[in-house]
Amino acid sequence: MTGKLLILAALFGKLSLLAVGGVNSTVPEIVQQVVGLHHWMTAAQFSQLFALAQSAPGPNMLIAALIGAHVAGIAGGIVASLAMILPAGFLVIAVSGLWERFREQRWRRVVQAAILPITAGLVLAAGFVLVRGADRTILLIAITIAATGLTFGTKLHPLWLLGGGVLLGLVFA
Amino acid sequence: MNGNSDKSAASPAKLTLRTLFSGFFQAGILGFGGVLPVARRMIVEQRQWLSAEAFNDLFSLCQFLPGANVVNFAFAFGARNRGLKGAAAAVAGLLAAPLVIVLCISALYQRFGAIPIVQHGLRGLAAAAAGLVMGTAMKIAAPIFRGIRQVAIAMLTFGLVILAHFSLPVTMLLVLPLSIALAWRQ
Repeated sequence: MTGKLLILAALFGKLSLLAVGGVNSTVPEIVQQVVGLHHWMTAAQFSQLFALAQSAPGPNMLIAALIGAHVAGIAGGIVASLAMILPAGFLVIAVSGLWERFREQRWRRVVQAAILPITAGLVLAAGFVLVRGADRTILLIAITIAATGLTFGTKLHPLWLLGGGVLLGLVFA
Repeated sequence: MNGNSDKSAASPAKLTLRTLFSGFFQAGILGFGGVLPVARRMIVEQRQWLSAEAFNDLFSLCQFLPGANVVNFAFAFGARNRGLKGAAAAVAGLLAAPLVIVLCISALYQRFGAIPIVQHGLRGLAAAAAGLVMGTAMKIAAPIFRGIRQVAIAMLTFGLVILAHFSLPVTMLLVLPLSIALAWRQ
C-alpha cells in the first residue's frame, strides 16, 4: 500500500511539472505508465475513468484523483491529487512575482512561442490515445466522430455531448 | 513585489481566507466541463476581484507554466492575497467539492462498473469524452498551426510520443530546446 502511494506521488509529482498547457498534455504518459508499465488498469478502464473525470464538476486534474483512488483507495486519490497540484503550484507562486517584470523581455515571448506548438502536439496525442483506446463498434466510433466534430465546430456545452454518449450507449449498445 | 506590481490590482483590500475559499468553492462546484469560464465570471464579473486585463495577465502565467491552469490560478491568486495560507484556502475551496464527488464516483465505479448495463453507458460516455478531447485538441491546435515551424514541432512531438513511444520527460528534453532555438531565430 505505502509502495503504491509512493509510486503515485512520484508519478504525478513528475507529471505536474511536465503538464505544459494543462493536464491533458500528460494523458499519453499517464496511459503509458498506469496501463503499460504498472498494469493497474486496462486501456478501456482508463478511458472510462477519464470520461468520468470529464463528467464531474471541477478541473480536469481530477483524473489523477480517480486513478489514485482506483489504485489505492481514498488515500491514493488524495496523494495523487496533491502530487499533481503541489509542484506546479509552488512554481507558480515563486514565479508570479517575477512575471510582471519579464513582461517585455524577449525570452518570455520566445519561450511562450516555443511551448505552444509542443502543447498542440501533446493534446493531439492525448486525443489520439483516447480515441485509440475506445472500443471499436460502429456506434461508438460514430459517437466519437460526432463528439469531435461538434466540439470543434460548435460551442455546444460538453455535458450535452457526454450525456448524449451515455444515452446512445445505453439504448443501442 | 509590493510596490509597483500592485498598481494593476483592481481590489485595494486583501481578501480574507474565508472569502477566497467560498469564491473558489463556487467556481469548483459549478465548473462542469471546464472551470475556466465559471472562474472567470466569478472573479471578473460577479465579485470583481480583478479587472479583465489583470485576470488575463495572471492567467497567461498559469498557462505558460506547467500544471492544471485553473488550479495554478487559485495558487497564484490566493498567494497574492494571503501568502501560502491564501493559496491553500483558494485551492482547497476549488477542489473540496469536486474531489469528494470524484471519490464517490470512484467508489460507485469499483462497485457497479462491471455490470453490463452500466458498461454500455460507460462505453458511450468514454467514446464521447474521447471525441471531446480530440475536438478540443483540434481547437487548440488550429490557431497555432500558422507556420511550418509550429506544424513541424507539433508533428515531431506527436510522433515521438505516439509512434516512438518516448516518455514525456525525454520528449520534452528533445523537443523543447529545438523549439526554443527555432522560435528564437524567427
